[in-house]
Amino acid sequence: MSNTQPLLEVRNLRVEFPTRRGTLVALDDVSFEIQPGEVLGVVGESGAGKSMTGAAIIGLLEPPGRIAGGQILLNGRRIDNLPYKEMRTVRGREIGAIFQDPLTTLNPLYTVGRQLVETMTTHLPIGPGEARKKAIEWLELVGIPAAAQRIDSYPHEFSGGMRQRVVIALALCAEPKLIVADEPTTALDVSIQAQVIALLKTLAREKGTSMMLVTHDMGVIAETADRVAVMYAGRIAEIGAVRQVVKHPSHPYTIGLMGSIPPITHRLERMQQIEGSMPRLSAIPRGCAYNPRCPQVFARCREERPELTPAGETRASCWLYDAESEQQVLRAGAHA
Amino acid sequence: MPAFIISRVLQALPVMLAVALISFAMFAYVGDPVAIMLGQDYTQAQRDALIRDLGLDQPFFVQFGTFLLNAVQGEFGLSYRLSRPVIELIAERAPATLELALTAAFLALLVGVPMGIYTGLYRNSWLSRFFLTFSLIGVSLPTFLIGILLILCFSVWLGWLPSFGRGDTVQLGWWSTGFLTASGLKALILPSITLGLFQMTLIMRLVRAEMLEVLRTDYIKFARARGLTNRAVNFGHALKNTLVPVITITGLQLGAIIAFAIVTETVFQWPGMGLLFIQSVGAADIPVMAAYLILIAALFVTINLIVDLLYFAVDPRLRVGGAKGH
Ligand SMILES: Nc1ncnc2c1ncn2[C@@H]1O[C@H](COP(=O)(O)OP(=O)(O)OP(=O)(O)O)[C@@H](O)[C@H]1O
Ligand code: SF4
Ligand SMILES: [Mg+2]
Repeated sequence: MSNTQPLLEVRNLRVEFPTRRGTLVALDDVSFEIQPGEVLGVVGESGAGKSMTGAAIIGLLEPPGRIAGGQILLNGRRIDNLPYKEMRTVRGREIGAIFQDPLTTLNPLYTVGRQLVETMTTHLPIGPGEARKKAIEWLELVGIPAAAQRIDSYPHEFSGGMRQRVVIALALCAEPKLIVADEPTTALDVSIQAQVIALLKTLAREKGTSMMLVTHDMGVIAETADRVAVMYAGRIAEIGAVRQVVKHPSHPYTIGLMGSIPPITHRLERMQQIEGSMPRLSAIPRGCAYNPRCPQVFARCREERPELTPAGETRASCWLYDAESEQQVLRAGAHA
Repeated sequence: MPAFIISRVLQALPVMLAVALISFAMFAYVGDPVAIMLGQDYTQAQRDALIRDLGLDQPFFVQFGTFLLNAVQGEFGLSYRLSRPVIELIAERAPATLELALTAAFLALLVGVPMGIYTGLYRNSWLSRFFLTFSLIGVSLPTFLIGILLILCFSVWLGWLPSFGRGDTVQLGWWSTGFLTASGLKALILPSITLGLFQMTLIMRLVRAEMLEVLRTDYIKFARARGLTNRAVNFGHALKNTLVPVITITGLQLGAIIAFAIVTETVFQWPGMGLLFIQSVGAADIPVMAAYLILIAALFVTINLIVDLLYFAVDPRLRVGGAKGH
């Protein structure tokens, strides 16, 4: 790991939802960092907590969800406990967000130009006139043809793909250092998904923007991300460089996701199905959350919760990579 | 846009015709206008002459046609009760009703919308709960009871406000207004609260429900994620998206307010069209009743048209043909 300060640092993040039937823990002990200019891919089954992580970072957890523990640091400054007003100046300006469905992300009653202009004038020291010029530039940059005319169009006058380009322009126009993109292409036509991902990747590289990219598409991760975090039941199962996680996964869950032994050239379109399903938040098993589905489960997995530890070329939260339990596994194997 | 207006007017025509037919049917089949107008003593010759004068010897459709032609010109004949042109009676009474209805509607909007926004934004606050409980009362108490309670409280016990009538009015051309005198304004307070309370609580609940719905949408979350100020998010983005249903309901309710002013006008002896209508019902004064019905129908149709036009102003998705550069 380099000595430079990470742009984003998430430390032992815990998110809870108080409900009538007790407190649900949606995220538990989530830690990772994103370096300047880096793209971190985040994968995992539906309900793993990917969106929740993104929402916690931009400070927009839906009540009654709340950060119950841990810290989030942006450039070394804590942002998880900022008052709403201060956090507002972080959102958009320092952290941009891209949502899943471009058809519902834009306000239908305002022109795209107005929405771009208001975002820029909110955060940047420029007037409406200059903001409008910049808005046209942004629309050109994200590939909207005839941007100077289209700026006064309403969202419903654009196709889904074009709307997501507008959303990207909106997320980037106040020049944030970090983008949280939550499945930015899932709602789009398959034929344009690649274009939009390519656009995001190019823009992030040009502007030196870091990105947290949530997706179900391992192909996208392999092409776009520098590192990848695999989430399971509100925790990080494995995190590491993309090549390592794809080629030499350590965590049994990741191994299951990638298929038994993924050929190096094979591009996985969709994640492999694994027997069983992820537990509900209200029924996360004791010990390792993956233990009911894990082919390599052993006694300790049902008792104690593993933490992220170095595992081969990556880091994984799995007792198989714990020095102490290696002895146990060996002993168990010897008995059998 | 003009094409849209024309098509809307054409759509409204059958409605207006149906109402006219009902009004006319009252002439033809309810009561005996001749007997009413002649009183107790008359000769057969007098009776025949009156029937001919009123055109009652003509076939049904000729009568209906004449009725329509006259109605379009604002000619509804003579009131049986007062023996004066109906249109004159209505013109005298309309300002009182319209001023009352507009004040009530204005009050309902002015208080209902902010209360709706507040209860939508601060769902769990103490004040929101109070507003909601209060609105339940407004919705469930019948209008006449509210009127009587207000009279009891502010006229009988406290003696602050008059319990009946319009106070002093000022004549502006044919329009008599109570807005320009202190007693006129004072007289307006209780009736307009009585009349507007139901609509106020309705608008409050509607705005609240719409706000809650809109605040959950992705574009509001995205507006927050873009770091817009609370003010811009709540009022610029959220409130504007609640406007379409609010305009619809307010428009329809304005019609309802005018129509249901009957009860309030009776309670407060307000000299408006509603009171005129009730008095006419008591005397089987068919021409006045018919004219009133047609007028109210015309009012509803007009309000609907205005509501539709306002949609266009608010929602760009409805502006067919206005789309640029497809
Ligand atoms: N308001 C809420 N109350 C209780 N639990 C919630 C609430 N919102 C989300 N959750 C739970 O939090 C967990 C994490 O949800 P999250 O949306 O982060 O999943 P995800 O990984 O983004 O899944 P997907 O791939 O479907 O988007 C899920 O189990 C979900 O059921
Ligand atoms: S800790 Fe145990 S159950 Fe969990 S993944 Fe590792 S081996 Fe499987
Ligand atoms: Mg999600």
